[in-house]
Amino acid sequence: MNAFAQLLDALAYEPSRNNKLRLLKDYFSRMPDPERGYGLAAMTGALSFTHAKPAVIRALIAERTDPVLFEMSYDYVGDLSETVALMWPAPRQERRNVAAPTLSEVVHGLHEADKHSLPALLASWLDDLDETGRWALLKLITGGLRIGVSARLAKTAVAGLGALAPNEIEEVWHGLIPPYLDLFAWVEGREAKPMARHPAPFRTPMLAHALVETECARLDPAEFVAEWKWDGIRVQAVTGTSAEGARVLRLYSRTGEDISASFPDLVAMLADEHFGDVAVDGELLILREGRVEPFSVLQQRLNRKTVSAKHVAQFPAHMRAYDLLSENGEDLRALPFVQRRERLEAFVARVAHPKLDLSQRVSFTTWEDLAAARRDPACAGAGVDAEAIEGVMMKRADSIYVPGRPKGLWYKWKRDPFNIDAVLMYAQRGHGKRSSFYSDYTFGVWRGEELVPVGKAYFGFTDEELKKLDKYVRNHTRNRFGPVRELDFSREQGLVLEVAFEGLNRSTRHKSGVAMRFPRVARIRWDKPARDADQLATLEALLDAPSRTATKAQPLPEKM
Amino acid sequence: MALSDLLTLTPAGLYCPQADVYIDPVRSVPRALITHGHSDHARAGHGAVLATPETLAIMALRYGEAFCDARQPVAYGEVVGLSGLEVSFHPAGHVLGSAQIRLRGPYGCVVISGDYKRAYDPTCAPFEVLRCDAFVTEATFGLPVFRHPDARGEVARLIASCRLFPERAHLVGAYALGKAQRVMKLLREAGWDRPIWIHGALEKITHFYQQQGTDLGAIEKVTAAERAERAGDIIICPPGQLNDLWSRKFPDPVTAFASGWMRVRARARQRGVELPLVISDHVDWDDLCATIVETGASEIWVTHGAEDAIVHWCRARGLDAQPLHMIGYGDDESEAAAEVTDA
Repeated sequence: MNAFAQLLDALAYEPSRNNKLRLLKDYFSRMPDPERGYGLAAMTGALSFTHAKPAVIRALIAERTDPVLFEMSYDYVGDLSETVALMWPAPRQERRNVAAPTLSEVVHGLHEADKHSLPALLASWLDDLDETGRWALLKLITGGLRIGVSARLAKTAVAGLGALAPNEIEEVWHGLIPPYLDLFAWVEGREAKPMARHPAPFRTPMLAHALVETECARLDPAEFVAEWKWDGIRVQAVTGTSAEGARVLRLYSRTGEDISASFPDLVAMLADEHFGDVAVDGELLILREGRVEPFSVLQQRLNRKTVSAKHVAQFPAHMRAYDLLSENGEDLRALPFVQRRERLEAFVARVAHPKLDLSQRVSFTTWEDLAAARRDPACAGAGVDAEAIEGVMMKRADSIYVPGRPKGLWYKWKRDPFNIDAVLMYAQRGHGKRSSFYSDYTFGVWRGEELVPVGKAYFGFTDEELKKLDKYVRNHTRNRFGPVRELDFSREQGLVLEVAFEGLNRSTRHKSGVAMRFPRVARIRWDKPARDADQLATLEALLDAPSRTATKAQPLPEKM
Repeated sequence: MALSDLLTLTPAGLYCPQADVYIDPVRSVPRALITHGHSDHARAGHGAVLATPETLAIMALRYGEAFCDARQPVAYGEVVGLSGLEVSFHPAGHVLGSAQIRLRGPYGCVVISGDYKRAYDPTCAPFEVLRCDAFVTEATFGLPVFRHPDARGEVARLIASCRLFPERAHLVGAYALGKAQRVMKLLREAGWDRPIWIHGALEKITHFYQQQGTDLGAIEKVTAAERAERAGDIIICPPGQLNDLWSRKFPDPVTAFASGWMRVRARARQRGVELPLVISDHVDWDDLCATIVETGASEIWVTHGAEDAIVHWCRARGLDAQPLHMIGYGDDESEAAAEVTDA
């Protein structure tokens, strides 16, 4: 438990993804089975303990400390687990003789303990652990590690023990159980790949490369099929039958996270008897009265553990099918795209469910045709749904389904971003490698004589540009509010940033009334006077514009 | 007798009317007793100053030889008579030369702790428990959440991090007087044998420690030009430098901070510290309570820090305790700012 605690402690302070990976790999390679497997389980959210509630912990500390001192301390520290870990009146480390419990002992102990035996068990562990160990134990049992490590990152570290790609782990993940002895044995080359025993397993999706427009000259339009690129979330719906004959229905995100619980309406669709055992690749969208809603509407259904019936009725989910990966035990991924597409069309027709439809093909003969469709999807068949379209997808007709992001098979050709000229108003220091650099910028546009903030951008500039921006911020600070610097801006003074963004929504949270999607610095306009920056009215016009052709969007190099 | 007959609180600091002296005054006064050399306790501009030889030397290093009109060094344990009072200085274990001050008169005995600690520190004399009637104690870390681990374990974590990230530089923020040299010495005891690099602001005091006989091994000042070459090295600097422009040129630096405040995660995170080292030169909660008991004092004055909790603790044990709510003493963090400008 102490080694795991030290890992959590180090991860919680480490801002860099690469260094987090180093720490994780170091732990997984150093620790024996089954200890490391339970560590992996803890970090991937595969453990849960029903009886360990904050109330149990509060009761334990109340028996052992002065309540006035506890309240003063809790008030100062601001975190229950940490306060208890620090205050716990355990014998000092150097005077302690007992071996601290291992993580495996803790996991087994917690599973076996009932409501009555748990407090004494917890107390004995808290006595035997050091402060970091107690903190980690309390975080673990109350289910709030919050150490900035995603399940994906932990799996990536495990993959790094051998020479595996993280996706290979994702493919078998849903059939594995802690402490993952078979997984580690496979990764370290001691045993064969664990069988994907899961009846409805996740399959790593195939992803597209961003199209570099000059490449079109080399590509033959006759070899490609095009579809709209929808601005929803990429999902995989999988149905299967367990060994006991039970139906297993799963909805996965593109990283393999099981999101079934968030979309009961789609899971209900999967229960339809016409589905059979399939794996469907598609886009999750919100459809109301046959119309695709923009991403901002979909966002209101995301990241919820449970959803109310009212919520489901208000934001009905829909699946637009792109591909069929498996059907009744047959793996279709080795078939060319056009053949899979035929199978998909037949499948969608057979199911004939109102919540499932086909991703429409965009017809074109030349790249110019496709460019025109991309520029104005509304006129190219997308109609009122144009707002929810991010661009076009180009797929080679003969492409097999390759997990990951293979070269030369699929391309995404996103619509040009919007861009505006805004004035830099506030700056804040960044994190990790950028700590000490002012790299988070709030920018604004003119409303009459006043600048109103419209968004924040953290990237889009090179390291060299960052140094110059940082120097500019330091030399043009008018005010400081804690970590935030307010810069000198007026009609005469100020730095103009050309900001690119993907979309605009109304917002009641921002003073300007608009919120940008995915804003980034496209160019620094050292040459442009602040008074020539854009007006808020320009942005408001975007909100009401039926199609992007009406805006002043200019082409920008793809930054994806 | 009452403690207030011997010692009262004035805007300039603790004052002993009988001897007409102030202890660690925060304003210029005619006569001062100084517990130790940290800038919030030892200020320039007093008339006569009584302190240990080390503390006087440190004040002269920081403020110049003319930091006061007259000075008198007093060795640990030596008794000086002042208007019928016996005044003596005793090791406080805080930094080199740090002292508790004992005032003994016909009515009783008062000990003013100054800043102190009981934990292991090979760079200064260990704290000495003095029996007294009244104990004036600091309480910088006067909450039961502050229970400092063994500093040697913290230094072991620093070395382990250097092994895991050999291509990165490890920047350790530490106060220029005391903490920096303690970390250096603990690194040596743990077997770290590469040169230890320091920021220029640490040079004078570190040199003084070496002159006084503390063997710190090879200490090198890091020059601006060589910063990029410090991969795998430990560089000690004032805490304020950690997020400064100065730190950028080091190869992908790991920022560590050696302070008792690092015990609380949120404090460490707010400062952007990646490797918090809980190394404190102040007593932690357990030692604070133990020391109060060991002095046998029946009257406790709490000068600075988290007074309320320790006053509550004392009163629950039948001790007469008062918070002094003194202002002007740093809690280590404001001190840090002062130390940077120091060199």
